[in-house]
Amino acid sequence: AGGGCCCCGLFWYRDSSPKPHLVNRFCILLAADVISTVEFNYSGDLLATGDKGGRVVIFQREQENKSRPHSRGEYNVYSTFQSHEPEFDYLKSLEIEEKINKIRWLPQQNAAHFLLSTNDKTIKLWKISERDKRAEGYNLKDEDGRLRDPFRITALRVPILKPMDLMVEASPRRIFANAHTYHINSISVNSDHETYLSADDLRINLWHLEITDRSFNIVDIKPANMEELTEVITAAEFHPHQCNVFVYSSSKGTIRLCDMRSSALCDRHSKFFEEPEDPSSRSFFSEIISSISDVKFSHSGRYMMTRDYLSVKVWDLNMESRPVETHQVHEYLRSKLCSLYENDCIFDKFECCWNGSDSAIMTGSYNNFFRMFDRDTRRDVTLEASRESSKPRASLKPRKVCTGGKRKKDEISVDSLDFNKKILHTAWHPADNVIAVAATNNLYIFQDKIN
Amino acid sequence: MSAEIPEAASAEEQKEMEDKVTSPEKAEEAKLKARYPHLGQKPGGSDFLRKRLQKGQKYFDSGDYNMAKAKMKNKQLPAAAPDKTEVTGDHIPTPQDLPQRKPSLVASKLAG
Repeated sequence: AGGGCCCCGLFWYRDSSPKPHLVNRFCILLAADVISTVEFNYSGDLLATGDKGGRVVIFQREQENKSRPHSRGEYNVYSTFQSHEPEFDYLKSLEIEEKINKIRWLPQQNAAHFLLSTNDKTIKLWKISERDKRAEGYNLKDEDGRLRDPFRITALRVPILKPMDLMVEASPRRIFANAHTYHINSISVNSDHETYLSADDLRINLWHLEITDRSFNIVDIKPANMEELTEVITAAEFHPHQCNVFVYSSSKGTIRLCDMRSSALCDRHSKFFEEPEDPSSRSFFSEIISSISDVKFSHSGRYMMTRDYLSVKVWDLNMESRPVETHQVHEYLRSKLCSLYENDCIFDKFECCWNGSDSAIMTGSYNNFFRMFDRDTRRDVTLEASRESSKPRASLKPRKVCTGGKRKKDEISVDSLDFNKKILHTAWHPADNVIAVAATNNLYIFQDKIN
Repeated sequence: MSAEIPEAASAEEQKEMEDKVTSPEKAEEAKLKARYPHLGQKPGGSDFLRKRLQKGQKYFDSGDYNMAKAKMKNKQLPAAAPDKTEVTGDHIPTPQDLPQRKPSLVASKLAG
């Protein structure tokens, strides 16, 4: 995975100015494989990425350093490890991919950092710790580790600790396996910091972080007769503050909020969120494009956001009847649904994220475009994550897709969009204006210059 | 009386046509149905979902899987100077595959 980076910063817009200010400050880090998940930790100092090859790469933010003023805020590689390996399911004769579907950090409790990483079947708890001292002067072994002949030892000495070059080690502390028949799409750490949930297509399980041989099934939507299957679970998340509440989204565009206090098996929801649909506008594609690919609570816990194929919706947890906001991501694709169905792009699972203050949301699109929506000013912008459009110290230009006949200069027509360049995974620093955007093999980190 | 029925039918057809014109989604649906007339009515139906549940490549058995993995690993190894002069049993060689015979350094005593 990539090492150092060049740094330029991004600040997309200020409310007072008539047009967006975009100053570019970013890092591009090239991964060996397609990046499949991106996640900041609670402080934002660490950024974890998982890839299709089962590897996890963690980046750490440079601390303020007077001797290198320009390096402040740079993210450099901190640790790399192989989290998952491909496996073979002997019972079904199917390959289990090593691709990391999700990474979730645990809140930091001591000097070490912990994260959960999962592939389709197995969740692992990793401990990432630093070692900057080593002991020297052992009695029973030499400096290079060879055992000394005990009969030749004539004196005892006390080993002393000496500083050494920083070494970051990752070790698997827990392996949570064999609890999912179907493919895991989500993991979410509870606010109690003791439990977490894992969700596959049909079931959601509750785990205790210390216990690997048992998990509780809390949602099961598998019908007795698989012929009657009408929807699957697409994402699930715990509420950020209420440890008894979680939500899960479905392929039919609905979200269910469940309260674990009400019963052990939360098959009956406490709240059911669905936007009413105009039956006359229904088409073959309606259900497919309504499938929710991601659900995220706001930091405040008052709202949640869902991403379906063409839009991002913000829901007030107190109102189940319809979302309070709907933001169009790429509405121009509605007239391309036939081709997008044929090339399978219509099944792409885009994620979405909130900024630290919940005032803005971000999600990806095609052609390496990603979209940001400011909820306060109702303004949105399309930006591009690519080497060509991102030059050091230059402004990041807003992009525009031309839908009508006449294409203005600098606009891109819908037919010129590259649907292989999809931005599915983005992450926003929990406090600062720093974003991480994964474009296939490349990870872009954009930062606010004014900080 | 009989004059009314065709009028009613054409009003419905007209609405459908209007839908296709005003709704890009319906136009796309019509395009898809034209290309794939046998496509099932319910895209979110159980067949579709069940296929989604069983993602992943199916192998005959673990031996098949391990063979496939080995083959992929060999392909990924950088082809370091593929030795074109060697023909090693992958297929029956043709005259073009066989290495050209290098001329002898020592001239034959029989020649010239």
